[in-house]
Formats: sequence, C-alpha cells, structure tokens
Amino acid sequence: MTATATFSIWRGDLQGGKLVDYQTEIVQGMVVLDAVRRIQADQANDMAVRWNCKAGKCGSCATEINGKPRLMCMTRLSDLSTTQPIRVEPMRTFPHIRDLVTDVSWNFAKKRTVRKFNPRKPDAADGTWRMAQIDVDRVQEFRKCIECFLCQDVCHVLRNHQLFDEYIGPRLLVYDAALVMHPLDSDQRLADLRHAHGIGYCNITKCCTNVCPEEIKITDNAIIPLKERVVDLYFDPLTRLFGGAR
Amino acid sequence: MAQYETIQHDVLVIGAGGAGLRGAIEAAGRGVSVGVISKSLLGKAHTVMAEGGVAAALSNVDDRDNWKVHFADTMRGGQYVNNWRMAELHAKEAPDRVRELEAWGAVFDRTPDGRILQRNFGGHRYARLAHVGDRTGLEMIRTLQDHATFERMSFYTEFTIVSLLKEGNRVVGAIGYQREKGLFFVFQAKAVVLATGGLGRAYKITSNSWEGTGDGFALALDAGAELRDVEFVQFHPTGMIWPPSVAGLLVTEGVRGEGGVLRNRLGRRFMFDDIPALYKNQTADTEEEGWRYTVGDKNARRPPELVTRDHVARCIMREVREGRGSPHGGVFLDIAWIKEKIPNAEKHIRAKLPSMYDQFLKLADLDITKEPMEVGPTTHYSMGGVRVDGDSQMSSLPGLFAAGECAAGLHGANRLGGNSLSDLLVFGKRAGEYAARFALETSLGRVSESAVNENIRQALAPFENGAKGRGESPYQLQAELQEMMQELVGIVRTENEMVRALDGIQKLKERSRSLHVEGNRMYNVGWHTAVDVGNLLTVSEAICRAALERRESRGAHYRIDYPDKSESLAKVNTTLHKGEDGAISVRLEPIKEMPAELKQIIEEMK
Repeated sequence: MTATATFSIWRGDLQGGKLVDYQTEIVQGMVVLDAVRRIQADQANDMAVRWNCKAGKCGSCATEINGKPRLMCMTRLSDLSTTQPIRVEPMRTFPHIRDLVTDVSWNFAKKRTVRKFNPRKPDAADGTWRMAQIDVDRVQEFRKCIECFLCQDVCHVLRNHQLFDEYIGPRLLVYDAALVMHPLDSDQRLADLRHAHGIGYCNITKCCTNVCPEEIKITDNAIIPLKERVVDLYFDPLTRLFGGAR
Repeated sequence: MAQYETIQHDVLVIGAGGAGLRGAIEAAGRGVSVGVISKSLLGKAHTVMAEGGVAAALSNVDDRDNWKVHFADTMRGGQYVNNWRMAELHAKEAPDRVRELEAWGAVFDRTPDGRILQRNFGGHRYARLAHVGDRTGLEMIRTLQDHATFERMSFYTEFTIVSLLKEGNRVVGAIGYQREKGLFFVFQAKAVVLATGGLGRAYKITSNSWEGTGDGFALALDAGAELRDVEFVQFHPTGMIWPPSVAGLLVTEGVRGEGGVLRNRLGRRFMFDDIPALYKNQTADTEEEGWRYTVGDKNARRPPELVTRDHVARCIMREVREGRGSPHGGVFLDIAWIKEKIPNAEKHIRAKLPSMYDQFLKLADLDITKEPMEVGPTTHYSMGGVRVDGDSQMSSLPGLFAAGECAAGLHGANRLGGNSLSDLLVFGKRAGEYAARFALETSLGRVSESAVNENIRQALAPFENGAKGRGESPYQLQAELQEMMQELVGIVRTENEMVRALDGIQKLKERSRSLHVEGNRMYNVGWHTAVDVGNLLTVSEAICRAALERRESRGAHYRIDYPDKSESLAKVNTTLHKGEDGAISVRLEPIKEMPAELKQIIEEMK
C-alpha cells in the first residue's frame, strides 16, 4: 500500500516567489526532510534546501512547516495531517536567498559581540580545573544548543520589530547565559547584556522556548536569571541610593 | 574568459570540522593569514555527529592508564598496519589537546572529585573517553568554532572547492564556488590543508551527512598526491535500521560503554560466541564479569560487546544471515536491562545518553529506557586517506597537508571509537603548525590562468547539458553508485563482486559526462550534487582498487575469498596514485620498521 501526500513548498528568490505543490509517495517513519529531498531528486532538481545531519544534531534544516518554525529532519509526517497540503517555507525573519534557504549570517556576526570565554586561573598545579557535575549541569543545558536559529526566527522582537541592531535574540542570550553561568568564567558580562545585547527587549512570551528542538528552557533558565542579575546590578534601590552601577 | 575573484592567504584550510578548525586556530596563532573554507554553515560539519567521546589517556578514572596503553590499544585495534609514529604522537599529545579545550570553554562531564570524567569504549583497555553525555562532538565543534571566531582568520562558508591548483609539483591554491550565488573564487595560498572529512556517501546506508563525499581524497588524488589504505572503510556496528527513513543513523557505542548488550532474536548474547584471538586475554568470560567491568571493577575484563567495531559488525551480520536477527534485519541493543542492576536506571540512561533517548523516542516511537533498540551496521568512517608524514601531516606534494578523517595512518585497519575526535585535535593542530611554518618559509606561487579556466568550464558543463535539455540526473547517478557500493564493496567482499563494481563505476563515469542540471547557479543543489558525484566516483574506484589488492581479511576489510590474515600483507600499506592518463594504480609499500621501544610497549601490553 502506498500513500501520497502533497507538499506546498516555497519556490523563489529575492525577486519573488510562490508556493508550488508537489505530490510524493510517503512511507512509514518518514520526516518532512525525507519528502522534500525526494521531491528535489525526482521533480525539482535545482531546489535550494539546507540540511546536514538528518538527526536533529546540526540545526541546518530549520524552516517553517505549516507556519510553525521546526526542523524538517525531526518533523514526522505521522504527526501532521496529510489530508491537506503540508506547507514548507523558509524562516521569514532572515533575508531570503532562495527556496527554503535563508541568510542566517547575522547570527554569526552578532555572536562576535559576545566577549570571549575568560577562565579563572587553573585550580591545580598541572593547569587543570575542578568543577562539580551539579555546577556544570546548568551550563550543559545551554551548550546543547545546535544553532538552528528557530528561536531567533520566532522572536517577535526580531521578526516583527526588526530590532537587529539593538537586540541579540534568544539564541545569543542562551550563549551569554552559558558564559555567565560557566563555573570558570571570570568576565563581567552584565553591562553588555543590558546595553549592547538589549536583554530588556525580551518580554518573556516564551515563544523561543516553545520552538526549541533541544528543549532548552530558554526563557526560564537562561533569560530570566540573566534579567535578574542585570536588575540586581543596575536597579537595586539600595545600591542606587549609594551610587552603584549605571 | 571565465569570471572569478582571487583571494590570497598564507594558509588555506579546506574544511571547517574539528580538524580544519583546530588547524586554522594553530596556524592563525603563528601569525600567518588564514582562510577557512566551509562546505556548510559554520558548526554544522560532521564532527557534530560524534557522540561517545574523545579518547585521551588522562587517567582521571583509572590511574593505570597512560600513553603507552593508549598507543598499544590503537595499534592492536588497527591490526598493526597503522603509521606507528602517528599512533605514538596521538597517544602522547591527546591529553593536552583535551585539556586545552577545557581552557577554551568546553564543559565535559565530571568525576566526583571535579575532574574530566572518562567512560569505557570498544577496544580501549581502561575508561578513557572524555565526554559530554552523548553529544561530545557538538561540544567540541562549538568550542573550536567559538574560539576560532576570535582568531585572525577569514571564513568562507558554504563554499565548495572543485580543484587544487599547482605550480609544477607544488600546491599553490584552490578553486571553488560560492554556493549562494554560484560565483567562482580562486584562493592563492602558500600552504593548503585538507580537512574535508570522510566518504560515507559512497554507500547507501551511512551515518554521514550529504557532505561526506570524499572531496579531500579526490582533490588530492587528482592533484597527484598519494592516498593510502582506502580499502579500510569502517562499518559502525550500531546504526538505526527502523523505520526505513532513518536507516543508517548512528547509535553511539556509548550505549554499550554504559552497559548496553547485544542480543539476537533468541535473546542470546551472541558476542560471547566468537571472541577474536587478539582480545581473548582482555575479554570477560561471563556476563557477570562484563557487568562488573561496566561499573568500574578494576579486576574485571570488558564485556565482548566492547571489542572492536569491525568484529562486532561482522558478528551482527552473521546473526542476521543465519536467521537469528531482529524483525527488521538487525539485532537488539538493550540498555534498558540495567534496571535489574542499578536503582534509578531510567534517569541514569537519560542523563548519560540523552540524545539517543530523544532520537529513538522522536524518530522511532521507542523508549530506550524500557525497550531494546534494533540496530545494524552503517558506513561510518574511512581509516584510509591522504598519505601524510606522521609528524608534519604533509602529503607527498609540497605545500599540501591533510588532517582528520581525510588523512591516513593513525587508525590502520580499524579505528577505535573516540580516536577520531582525538585524531582531529592532535593532527589538526600539527597540520596547522607545519602548514604555517611552510608558509613562512615560502612565497605565493603562480596560478595558471588556463588551469583555472578549464576547471570552471568543467564545473559548469552540467548546465550546458541542461541547456540541451537532455542528460543524466545527478541524483539518480549518485543513488545508483551508492546502491552498487553497498551491494558489492560493503562489509563482506570478494574479488568477482569488486571487479563488477569497478566495471559499474566505469559505466557510471561515462554517464557522468552527460550529467545535466536545470536552473541557474544560485544555490542550486542539483549542480552541487553533480560536482559531488565526480568525487564519489573517484573515491569509489580507489576503494575498489585498494580492496582488490589486499588479498586477506584484516580489520574492517573482510574478504570471503581470503578470510584469514596474511603474514606478508601484515607488513604493507596500500598506496594509490593517479597517473597522467587518469588511471589509478595501487602499490604495496612495506611499513617502516618500528623502533625497539615501541615494539617493547606492544609486547608488554599483549
């Protein structure tokens, strides 16, 4: 028994584009990426698609499936309705290149505004450090990030308000959190968080957390604790009274 | 006249996985100008797929470990056709390379006293793999990527190199295209480092991403450099087999390191049935002893699931062939059973194997803390590659270096799990160091205009075929090649099948002249596939030719027409060279005599 499904895939470039319908055969266990690649091989040889690991580990195949930001490789057809066409579109927050591929270079450029890891002096004479597992657990959650940029795609500060200069976005706040909470890092990062990285723009709608394929609790575990630290440093009434940080 | 832009660097690194990034960091630190070519976006290279850990004799968990044991383990795993100098350097330098990552921000799992934790893995005598759950590769590439961002180097992301450029015998640069707009770039460089990873995409069932098309192998061979030992292709014993769309996806050896066992349909731990002679002394006699090893009893020997990958893969094939396989043609890998042994087993499994837990739950509807997985072999890694000098990583061509998976030597006939991540750190660094030194002592070479034009013309040929409206689909050709290699040059090989494969490759090559692509040059995946297919055909031919010459079974290379090891072939490597006429020739080259002190180590560790 073979079943088919229809996929409406965004085709086009900066000059414009449209959704094009393709029908393809589907088999058990298939994910959206399988279908898109099959369509590419059989019907649309020149279609631009970005993917690598096909296992949810590299974050390359981020797109919007039926309007929701998702990884194509981790979206199973059995979880979608095939009675209607399955819509596959590029991430809309970033400049479009072609078909399903967008220009995500802003994220890489912005990352360079986060200062380099700066470890404290080694704990032992042989130049090594000691850290407890319980202390690294927290950071390891943030370091699971596969840089798919779905959280950046869904964030209204970037998507709707286009504050690309003022705000660094959830992905890079998670990166900040991984450094601020790294047991070895000795840098002072809160001034950057408040000013250059614009943490105040986040109004904790948790859309980023909802789309994270790594299930990182972006808002609760990364952004809110960072906001608290910024508030403690800059807006504590007693500190202000005695002329603390600005 | 073809249009292109020219860019100059002292050192050009082709590949931005672990080896490429580590090499680039080293070269940049030595004050030379560095350009890094990345076939995909930064941080997406196949290194992210490495799961289990990085092997280094830190001796944090077992103080009996040291570089000598690691050296002996690597040589035994490689069945003694390794480049012993590389195995020595690797074992000695891996601990420093791992500690360095911690200084750059990597966060490995910890021992109770706060040091880097290490886990058991196949073929490693003691717990040796530093790890971060089962996503060690991601941690490593992200650490290297973030560190590299602050070094003085230029990244060219989503660029593909189509050819190296030479002046006389020396490599003086490379030419490639930028994916986004399809424009051509000539990179002039005093030294070029190949760090392009593997060739798994020559096979149908593989753990490799689309990028693993043997680019470095083909670029080197086409430029006149030598390859070595490419018959040794590692089939990882545990890939996913069900559902079909995920076939080949890797299941980390860490599952077995944490106590996972292999069973056939009848529930038998079949790995106890055939333990290779080289590992008899090191393998548990009973299931009970195997479990004690897993939980760190220093008097216990390893369970047979943790012998080398080549052997485990063949045992799985045997069970399947003899009718004792699982419903979908594999065997069962069971980690859930450890709940009989430890409290909170579910939590433990999720903590130590989080991405395996997710992968099975999300892609196969299976909870690995409750049920066994179905697994079977998947094409994983190339032990062979560009022939390099053990110390400097320079190829047989001046100015051309290679490191990581695309370089040969360290792993011999079979790689131990965890040795690839340490390989790319140790030899990535060395390649960067020696490439920088080479660059400092030389000046830019001259690039031949006509060679550039010819390369561009060839790369664009599929568009002309496209304009004529007829020709071969690159996707179709690639799929046919993969099916054929899987069928005829896989885990079990024999002369007549490989001769058939060579004949098939020849036919595909002829058809590849009329590859045709539609559309324009902007991010045209059909065109990219057409370029990749050329490389895959070259490396597939190389694998066949080397495999035909090795008339024995050793490590990952198993021939039913020569099922035993040969004493004379134990002393040789295969060396491949492409002549002016385009024919690939193979010669058997004696392995250099090992120094007495290394021989003694191997004797002591037997």
